Amino acid sequence: MAKRIETVELSCFYGKTKAVDDVSIAIEPKSVTAFIGPSGCGKSTFLRALNRMHEVVPGARIEGQVLLDDEDIYAPEIDAAAVRRTIGMVFQRPNPFPTMSIYDNVAAGLRLNGLRRKSELDSAVERSLRSANLWDEVRSRLNKPGAGLSGGQQQRLCIARAIAVEPQVLLMDEPCSALDPISTLAIEDLIFELKDRYTIVIVTHNMQQAARVSDVTAFFTLRGPGEPGYLVEADTTQKIFTNPSEKRTEDYITGRFG
Amino acid sequence: MTADASSAGLRSRGLTARTLPRPVVAGAALAAVAVTFLLFAVTPLQGVADFLVAATVLAILTVTGLTLAVEGRRRAVDRLATSGALIALVLTLLPLGFTLGYTAYRGTKRLTGNFLTHSMAGVGPFSPNGGIYHAIVGTLEQVLIASLIAVPLGLLVAIYVTEYGRNAFGTAIRFLVDVMTGIPSIVAGLFVLAFWVLALHKGFSGFAGSIALAILELPIVVRSAEEMIRLVPAALREASYALGVPKWKTILRIVLPTAATGITTGVMLAIARVTGETAPVLLVVGNNFYINTNPMKGPQASLPLYIFQGAGSSSNLDVDRAWAAALTLILIVVVLYVAARLLTRRNSLRR
Repeated sequence: MAKRIETVELSCFYGKTKAVDDVSIAIEPKSVTAFIGPSGCGKSTFLRALNRMHEVVPGARIEGQVLLDDEDIYAPEIDAAAVRRTIGMVFQRPNPFPTMSIYDNVAAGLRLNGLRRKSELDSAVERSLRSANLWDEVRSRLNKPGAGLSGGQQQRLCIARAIAVEPQVLLMDEPCSALDPISTLAIEDLIFELKDRYTIVIVTHNMQQAARVSDVTAFFTLRGPGEPGYLVEADTTQKIFTNPSEKRTEDYITGRFG
Repeated sequence: MTADASSAGLRSRGLTARTLPRPVVAGAALAAVAVTFLLFAVTPLQGVADFLVAATVLAILTVTGLTLAVEGRRRAVDRLATSGALIALVLTLLPLGFTLGYTAYRGTKRLTGNFLTHSMAGVGPFSPNGGIYHAIVGTLEQVLIASLIAVPLGLLVAIYVTEYGRNAFGTAIRFLVDVMTGIPSIVAGLFVLAFWVLALHKGFSGFAGSIALAILELPIVVRSAEEMIRLVPAALREASYALGVPKWKTILRIVLPTAATGITTGVMLAIARVTGETAPVLLVVGNNFYINTNPMKGPQASLPLYIFQGAGSSSNLDVDRAWAAALTLILIVVVLYVAARLLTRRNSLRR
């Protein structure tokens, strides 16, 4: 079910600009890995390279390899859409489809990938909304527009939409940065529950959040303005936050820079 | 700190402002109008238009001056700008109101069921009978065919330009569409006349008119659809890609539905625009007093042409019929527009 991701000397480019430099990291299945680091250090770009969303931006490309259970997802015969079905993504700002109801939003991924049968859709929608801890709040208004929900509910709707297609890995790009503390708590609880079934990677600016939800933490930074970001170290969250190997990590964690 | 203390603090720091009560402002404006009235009564000044202009200018000057004296410069500028915006609004709406109002006034005289359901077949020069059924049929058919050509083509071009055309070819297409927007309608008509009607020996027909109208309609559809598709947030496309939905399906199922309301408005404006085109139909459709339901063969009538010929006629009977036809043309466009808006609204959800 959950799969392992490994990158081999992965560099990401926007046109001629290198945004991420030479990152090799292994992300274990059924765990939560957090990416932390200062703004502009390339952690979001790196995250997007993990499910081939990076290349959606015109001129963006990568060098190196991303292996999903030892299979290179950038191999020429691999279909990017299929990769993204396997590795789902939740974005910083909740982005439900405005023309669709709550039900249709959750069913969108399945429908657009060809599933038609009503009974299967119904059960998938309920299962996903339950997994996203949203079912009880929306069960009576599944036909109402998804854009009418609160910010936190919208983000959980987007999570439900992402897990409805049953991915192996779930990437989250600062999923709580637009939310209030209570909604954040709801999402963090959710991440904790989803960990049993998915490999989760979360980018966050909030170090307490990284400490709370993740098993492994990877610290990214950049050598200076305009320089590409790089991976300083990745280790168990416990170790990173108490006794990191690198001085730079300690400086960042303790708030001495960044 | 309590509310009282804070407001006292604000006051002591000079954060108070003298304000003019609304009735005073209104009174000053009315006084200015009254003074203008007196001026026009005692001096040689006269004329309704002159009076309106003089009264407006004087009222604005009075109110602005009063505001400047009492409330200060910032508020005076605000009043002046607000008045300017209001006048611009009225000046914009006046031509629209007069056009619609006068057309309705002149047009309703002849607009009867009989008028809408009969052609001009066998109507003598002194007969008050006759109608525009043949012209309505012609216009609807010509515009329908033109739209069947221009709307799908225009949408596809807009999709290409926005979603795929991030290259020199796309830029070239965008430039050509801009050029096409500038083609005068008479030129489009002349082209079809020279190429289709004369060189290819196809003769006058409703379809020839449709080609000319499609040439005019295409760039409007492209431009408006392009703008609307561009307005769809990139986040929605990304959300769809992230679900593993291929690009073409994302465009079809996410981008186009999100932009549907705007695209429909643009398409309807394009249709409305060509429905009233006279020059191309004048050149290539020919004219016909009889009902010709076949757009592919033989001259057809059309509403703009009917209006053009009726308006230029020396017979009052023709002029009255032209006004009624003009009113019908406006009503057709309005009905189409409202219907299209209702259709797309039913598809998009409301909060």
